[in-house]
Amino acid sequence: MSVSKPSAFDEMHHPDGRVRPAYQALAKWLQSTPRDVIDYRRREAEFIFRRIGITFAVYGNAEAQERLIPFDILPRILLADEWRHLAKGLEQRVKAINAYIHDIYGKREIMRAGKVPEDLIFKNPVFRPEMNGKQVPHNIYVQIAGIDVVRVDEKDFYVLEDNTRVPSGVSYMLENREIMLRLFPELFMDHRVEPVDNYPDELLTTLKSVAPPTAPGEPTVVLLTPGIYNSAYYEHSFLADKLGIEIVEGRDLFVKGNVVYMRTTEGPQRVDVIYRRVDDDFLDPLVFRPDSALGVPGLMSAYQAGNVTLANAVGTGVADDKAVYSYMPEIVKFYLGEEPLLKNVETWRCREKAHLKYVLDNLEQLVVKEVHGSGGYGMLIGPKADKKIIETFRNKLKNDPKNFIAQPTLALSTCPTAVDEGVAPRHVDLRPFVLTGRDKVRIVPGGLTRVALEKGSLVVNSSQGGGTKDTWVLDR
Amino acid sequence: MLSRTADNLYWLSRYIERAECLARILDATSRLVALPQAYGGQTNEWESAIATAGCVQSFRAKYDGEANERNVIEFLAFSPDNPSSIRNCLETARQNARAVRTALTGETWDAINSAWNRLQKIKTGMSREEISGFLDFVKDTSLAFDGSSFRSMLRNDAYWFVRLGILIERADATARILDVKYHVLLPDKEHVGGPLDYFQWASILRSVSARTSYHWVYREGVKPWLVADLLILNRQMPRSLASCYENLSRYLDDLAQFYGRQGNSQRLARSMLTKLSNATMEQIFQEGLHEFIGSFIAENNRLGSAITEQYLG
Repeated sequence: MSVSKPSAFDEMHHPDGRVRPAYQALAKWLQSTPRDVIDYRRREAEFIFRRIGITFAVYGNAEAQERLIPFDILPRILLADEWRHLAKGLEQRVKAINAYIHDIYGKREIMRAGKVPEDLIFKNPVFRPEMNGKQVPHNIYVQIAGIDVVRVDEKDFYVLEDNTRVPSGVSYMLENREIMLRLFPELFMDHRVEPVDNYPDELLTTLKSVAPPTAPGEPTVVLLTPGIYNSAYYEHSFLADKLGIEIVEGRDLFVKGNVVYMRTTEGPQRVDVIYRRVDDDFLDPLVFRPDSALGVPGLMSAYQAGNVTLANAVGTGVADDKAVYSYMPEIVKFYLGEEPLLKNVETWRCREKAHLKYVLDNLEQLVVKEVHGSGGYGMLIGPKADKKIIETFRNKLKNDPKNFIAQPTLALSTCPTAVDEGVAPRHVDLRPFVLTGRDKVRIVPGGLTRVALEKGSLVVNSSQGGGTKDTWVLDR
Repeated sequence: MLSRTADNLYWLSRYIERAECLARILDATSRLVALPQAYGGQTNEWESAIATAGCVQSFRAKYDGEANERNVIEFLAFSPDNPSSIRNCLETARQNARAVRTALTGETWDAINSAWNRLQKIKTGMSREEISGFLDFVKDTSLAFDGSSFRSMLRNDAYWFVRLGILIERADATARILDVKYHVLLPDKEHVGGPLDYFQWASILRSVSARTSYHWVYREGVKPWLVADLLILNRQMPRSLASCYENLSRYLDDLAQFYGRQGNSQRLARSMLTKLSNATMEQIFQEGLHEFIGSFIAENNRLGSAITEQYLG
């Protein structure tokens, strides 16, 4: 298999070169706009990003402690119908995920039915026994989900990953749109683009709707961040600002009588909902990692007493494990009795003997991922790896097969992208954000499109040199 | 408001103000030492710059020899080893600002972040001209921060903590200038002052950007006791001790009213304001200028601790 498959779906052009309906107006604009204007706008965009300070940190890279994620100025465009289909599938998937987590920490019917193996859950480090038999408000575990999808043809979206712990990237969705509106007002005249800037309102409504029953009518919501050295700190402060809520660190909170308070200039103030951007492991040193300085001692007991809501809930990792992923079609059918609208990528679970054998025999053609890995770290892309790396992975797989899954290399779709040589197709994925509140599921039309800027590359992760694009959903 | 947010706002503005004060001290010192030898006395102005910045100990720990233009500018402006170098002040200010971006307006954040971006590009081994450009940039940063917060921030606790940080730092800086130079300000009827003294006084005025103000207020030649009066008791002069305390007291009262509760910091600020309002320069000279300044610096620190304890802890 070649690295950039010729068969990759081109979102802008039909195979015969005609422009697809979504990109008609953009194609015209590209034709009539001189190259140097595009270059100038590219530089302007970078200047704005740096000036606003939209940066992220790359772990293990001291020199570039604050880096910009490259931004591509050409939008990725979806038609209203394409979006409708995708949004329906997303809602279905997240509903199933919530039902599944509720079941895992409750009756465990899916395991009794033999659909998901017990040891995959119980021996999983992200399974939290502390949640067994505990009620969470309105049975919602994943209030905020980031579902990574890719397109491979005209109608099909595949889910690549369900991010159900602390998904990030939504600030880029919002900032990308702001910058596009500033740089290309004329393009918005030619396209009727669904707005995304109501996301903070939708998020706040969602968070307030899941406040514990004991909370006052106007619950106090805060965002819990690990602090300014976290790679997503910019996003945390950005969101807190847009939501109009306090951004707190662990040391700003304390627990007394199973109630959470924040330290303010006017004394302690009660907190009802915590939009936490801190991993389970670090939430409460009394229950999880005792060395965590990021958490709040006693937080879990306040949570278990039902006096505070954590969004997302503790223990949602049992849904975004990559081995669990392979059971998602079953999970959707089991809880909703419906066929999944979004497809799953074929996945080999190395924990199973037959699967492991297949994977070891075909390493050169597969993508191998750690079940708990994220951000593109610790991943093998068989077709791009040299012999040595493949052998290293072979050993890793033999030593700890449970820790890995493998998938075929997908031909991610491509979108036109402004690169040094001009405008060229590059592979993209999409992370829409799905909000689940007491009353309903909310999805703003769009999401974060990540683009592999290097020619032929399939790795879109920002920590691995990927960039982002604004994502447009046309209103008809 | 979170106590930590208030703490970050307070220190953010203290560090910006400190950076500006250092830039002014370096600027005034450079001018003083650039005078022809004939005006030169025995004092080493670079030594006094270090003393004014309150860095004698940390400077000595790093350098063995005499304080000179090169090592003092390096130490006060750029040294990563000096926690109060201009560079570190701006770094720390931005760190504090990043932690409380939500409490700042876009313009205010922009003022700090743009300065920080520019700071990243600054190289070592600058020429005199480049250094002077750098000092201007530091002053511009402080102006941009001050102006944007003044023009864009809501008049609530966030704004008042920013102002308190500026004023505590400013009172401290003015007092330190007086502390180091008090000997040239003593009224000495015998000795009218040679040309060097004149430039010393002028330099003090320059370090608090009050050259022109002096003439507007007193309408006569530079007299040392009037310089002292301007910097200590004159409420029209924004960097005077009296003006700092007039405003400290006002913003602390605003806070107390906003929160419906007052405490130790309100009492301390008011008592210092009363002391400054009732004082005359004759009295201060009689009781000893040096002692007066020394006790002011201690009282000012005490107010800083009281604010921390009452709101920021």
